[in-house]
Amino acid sequence: MKLLKTFKNGIIDENPTFRLVLGTCPTLAVTTSAINGIGMGLATTAVLIGSNVVISLLRKFIPNKVRIPAFITVIAGFVTIVQMLLKAYVPALDKALGIFIPLIVVNCIIMARAESFASKNPVLESAVDGLGMGIGFTLAITAIGSIREILGNGSIFNVPLFGESASPALAMILPPGGFLVYGLAIGVVNLLTNRKVTTAGCGAHEAGSGCDACPANCGIAASGKEVQE
Amino acid sequence: MEISLLAGSSPHIRSGESTQKIMRDVIIALLPAAVCSVIYFKVQAAMLILVTVTSCVAAEYAWCKITKKENTIADLSAAVTGLLLAFNLPPSLPLWMAAIGGVFAIIIVKQLFGGLGQNFVNPALAARAFMVASWPGQMTSWQAPGWDAVSTATPLEIMKKGSEAAGELPKFWDMFVGNIGGCIGETSALALLIGAVYLVARNVITLELPLAFIGTVGFMTWMLGGSEGLFTGNFVYHVFAGGLILGAFFMATDYTTSPVTFRGRIIMGIGCGFLTSIIRLYGGYPEGVSYSILLMNLVVPLIDRYMIPRSFGGGVAKK
Repeated sequence: MKLLKTFKNGIIDENPTFRLVLGTCPTLAVTTSAINGIGMGLATTAVLIGSNVVISLLRKFIPNKVRIPAFITVIAGFVTIVQMLLKAYVPALDKALGIFIPLIVVNCIIMARAESFASKNPVLESAVDGLGMGIGFTLAITAIGSIREILGNGSIFNVPLFGESASPALAMILPPGGFLVYGLAIGVVNLLTNRKVTTAGCGAHEAGSGCDACPANCGIAASGKEVQE
Repeated sequence: MEISLLAGSSPHIRSGESTQKIMRDVIIALLPAAVCSVIYFKVQAAMLILVTVTSCVAAEYAWCKITKKENTIADLSAAVTGLLLAFNLPPSLPLWMAAIGGVFAIIIVKQLFGGLGQNFVNPALAARAFMVASWPGQMTSWQAPGWDAVSTATPLEIMKKGSEAAGELPKFWDMFVGNIGGCIGETSALALLIGAVYLVARNVITLELPLAFIGTVGFMTWMLGGSEGLFTGNFVYHVFAGGLILGAFFMATDYTTSPVTFRGRIIMGIGCGFLTSIIRLYGGYPEGVSYSILLMNLVVPLIDRYMIPRSFGGGVAKK
């Protein structure tokens, strides 16, 4: 059960893209098409699982003071493997993702999972955490990539949708479109999931004692709505 | 329903001002230019104005309905945004693009940031910037006034190419009244100036920002715009061609996105003028009014912060 929860955690509750807002650089930069999103997501997932497993195995061996350089060395090793595999078998995707493949080394999602999960948990849990986070990241950036490709290029997975005479909004596959879609997507995800958070997150509300007696000062009134200053 | 503003401590001055009255004045001031655009660009201009105003008002109405907020279309601000957006579009633009621009201006730029008074840049200009990035071809294909839809170049494009010596530039009077290619609402400096006089007379806008803006553009293009050394630039054409008059009087002076103090507005005007001149003379685009206003919109909070006036009866304002 715990494994399943760890797995689900990365996809929904702590989705790295929409919830933790980590790895925003590839999220904004490579999501100009759905295929780029999937490619980047899978490459990151592979590195994430590998690095999580190895760091978890070495967690009692790595001295605390030099853990970040040690993590980066491990991660860089996996990134190099992934990059060579991409170059050998899918050179087109490697070309499309360009500099962002080597930059996976400093991807905050991988660093964050190494630091906050893999260095404290056993191997199996760490592998499942890496898989869950990786899938969460892949789904999120594929969704963003699809939206941008449909609106900005009039196609999905390179299949044209609207015919040749259509003029899609080019801005959506340019940098401003990345910020627009990313921001709106975070907003929509919050909108769809927020209710649970606001009502369940406040203990004082459930106890019925109201905000006055509560030290948390969370800004969530008893009605479940945010207090407007 | 009008928004009523509540003041804090006394003394108070009773004022009949409201958002709706100010916006109505802006619409009245824009009417001469709207009439001119229809005279020169015929049905296309009328349809563009109709479509953008309708899409802006409809987007505002739909947003208020969906988010269960008080309906704000009666304050006329969405209609003003639509009108200004239409003025910034070329006459041959497909109408569905204009409609998307209107929705973008209201939903993305205005309502997502909190609605009237909360937008951080001018909604009409931000929508125009989005449309130029989205449909660069359609947004920069100009046509000469009249029924025949003959494609033409704007005066600024001609000057950018450096072919004004070849006699391609339109006559000054044609440019002044608006009988040239360009966005539908920007071509007639005469009609815009009539509207601007009305706005100033009604105390809706003050003159320092537009004058600083236009003055800076005039001076910089005069000094640096000529091909035969300093102070040989064709500043008259730089001032009256393109969107400078429209931008300076009607867009840069937007209350939400311009500084509140006199000195702040001078700084904003000079900044807009400086950026416009740089873009026009050295940039890739022939026209830079919209980008310069958008960029200066972003630094308005900073300008306001450093231009806090001395409080009445108090000492030197503390930073």
